[in-house]
Amino acid sequence: MNSPALETLGLQKSFGALTVANAVDFRLDRGARHALIGPNGAGKTTFVELVTGALRPNAGQIRLGGVDVTQLVQAERVKRGLVRTFQITALFCRLSILENVTLAICERQGIAGGLVRPSGHHRAAIEEAHALLERLGLEDEALRPVNTLAYGRQRLVEIAVSLALSPKVLLLDEPAAGVPSSESGRIIEIIERLPADIALLIIEHDMDLVFRLAQRITVMVQGSILVEGPPETIAADPEVRRVYLGERASA
Amino acid sequence: MTPIGAVDAFAGRHRYHLLEALPWLAAVATYFVFPDYLALGAQILATILFALSADLVLGYAGIVTLGHAAFFGAGAYMAGILAAHGWGEPITGLFAGAAAAALLGFLSGLVVLRTTGLALLMQTLVVATMVAEAANKASFITGGDDGLQGMVVWPVFGWFRFDLFGHTAYFYCLTVLFLCWLAARHIVHSPFGRSLTGIRENVRRMHAIGAPVARRRLVIYTISAGLAGISGALIAQTTQFVSLSFLSLERSGTVLIMLIIGGVGQLYGAFIGVPLYMVAQNRFSEIDPVYWYFWIGLLMVVVVVFARGGVLGLFDRFRR
Repeated sequence: MNSPALETLGLQKSFGALTVANAVDFRLDRGARHALIGPNGAGKTTFVELVTGALRPNAGQIRLGGVDVTQLVQAERVKRGLVRTFQITALFCRLSILENVTLAICERQGIAGGLVRPSGHHRAAIEEAHALLERLGLEDEALRPVNTLAYGRQRLVEIAVSLALSPKVLLLDEPAAGVPSSESGRIIEIIERLPADIALLIIEHDMDLVFRLAQRITVMVQGSILVEGPPETIAADPEVRRVYLGERASA
Repeated sequence: MTPIGAVDAFAGRHRYHLLEALPWLAAVATYFVFPDYLALGAQILATILFALSADLVLGYAGIVTLGHAAFFGAGAYMAGILAAHGWGEPITGLFAGAAAAALLGFLSGLVVLRTTGLALLMQTLVVATMVAEAANKASFITGGDDGLQGMVVWPVFGWFRFDLFGHTAYFYCLTVLFLCWLAARHIVHSPFGRSLTGIRENVRRMHAIGAPVARRRLVIYTISAGLAGISGALIAQTTQFVSLSFLSLERSGTVLIMLIIGGVGQLYGAFIGVPLYMVAQNRFSEIDPVYWYFWIGLLMVVVVVFARGGVLGLFDRFRR
């Protein structure tokens, strides 16, 4: 049980001459609150795509709870509790919020391929979806199509869909990106309140958010891990300040 | 809306609505009001089934296809060849047509569904062209360019003879359409059907929630092919003729046009678009035998410009 929730060993990915992941050794502990930061184009989202199985690595290994999942397709990894959110909201836009979440719950429960009973008869799944919406304060808009919601609300639905899958490892790809600061507080609050047994990896540009949520930070530059440590160490690291924090401050 | 209200409304979406009786009442009324047009009516009913099958893949699963006539034709030739070679029992003919088309759908789906978008469109086109060419070459069994001759279709249930006026054909097609519609409706409202709309709306997200997207697409493609096959078999049996035009690109395209005129992805678009198109075609070609296609084209332009989402889309807009 001591194996980390998620681990990559020598993860390698190139597109032609461009190396986007260069021998990445990464470890996400159980119940971790971990942030992955780095300048634009550092390979953070690629890393997420590799880990979730949307992309195939050229070399290296991905372990989930100690089990090698490198060869598994994305759906299999999801079934084992590896769940992600998207940096650019990727929802079922013309479907209602409740439908978005219910679809995810049906997949998790393995009833989504069913042809015999009407979906409305799977009431437990719908009620679970609704309870999740209540938890996130979305219940008043349950039947509204996602594309009629403000962007900040859509980001919450994004999180709701991922929680519906009962993740053990949750990869949040810029959960508050593009959200006005008046609404980002709500998102941060929800992330803070997530169950402690979910291992959380947050990919984020917003340094306030990172330093508020993360107990550990990994800095990625040009496909490689530059440095990793607790927030204080990272904030004080001269190299990090140079390539990342300094850049941002002067921008 | 109270929370429980939302759950109830959501869980009750598969219940029958009074409006859904409308197409069936209209179909029965047509029998009495236009007794001289029953042959056309039967064709319309069978074509509605074809458009309905296309709606399942295009409107629900978001699979854009220009090759659906392959399945329509496969069903038609299967039923037709059986009837031309001494087995004219219509119901088993339908099942055979469905099975042949579904098998073709499954096998071609294994290949073409690996792609999406334009590549998929081209591949469905290729499959349909290959099937049409195969039917052309196999003229010893399909009749090739001359069409399949000599079909003898037995009475339905050994009792209802296919008559010249189309009385039997009309109710035969109506009954089969009704049963297939029930099945399609059931599929659409099942968890499987709901997950298809997810695939249509956002494939990436479907993968991310752990859905076996490829399998789901193959299943609906096979089911849809089977329904298209039944539709083809219906037309073969009621007109007692099958020709290569059953497999043509034009037929694949026309069924999409009819569906788009009615409205895509709502299960009822076929019931509006097909009669509208086929009646218009019938009228226009009588009034203007040379340029009737022009008027069909004009109708299409009007729909695309003023009624995106088809006729059903218009209703939705007025309701809001």
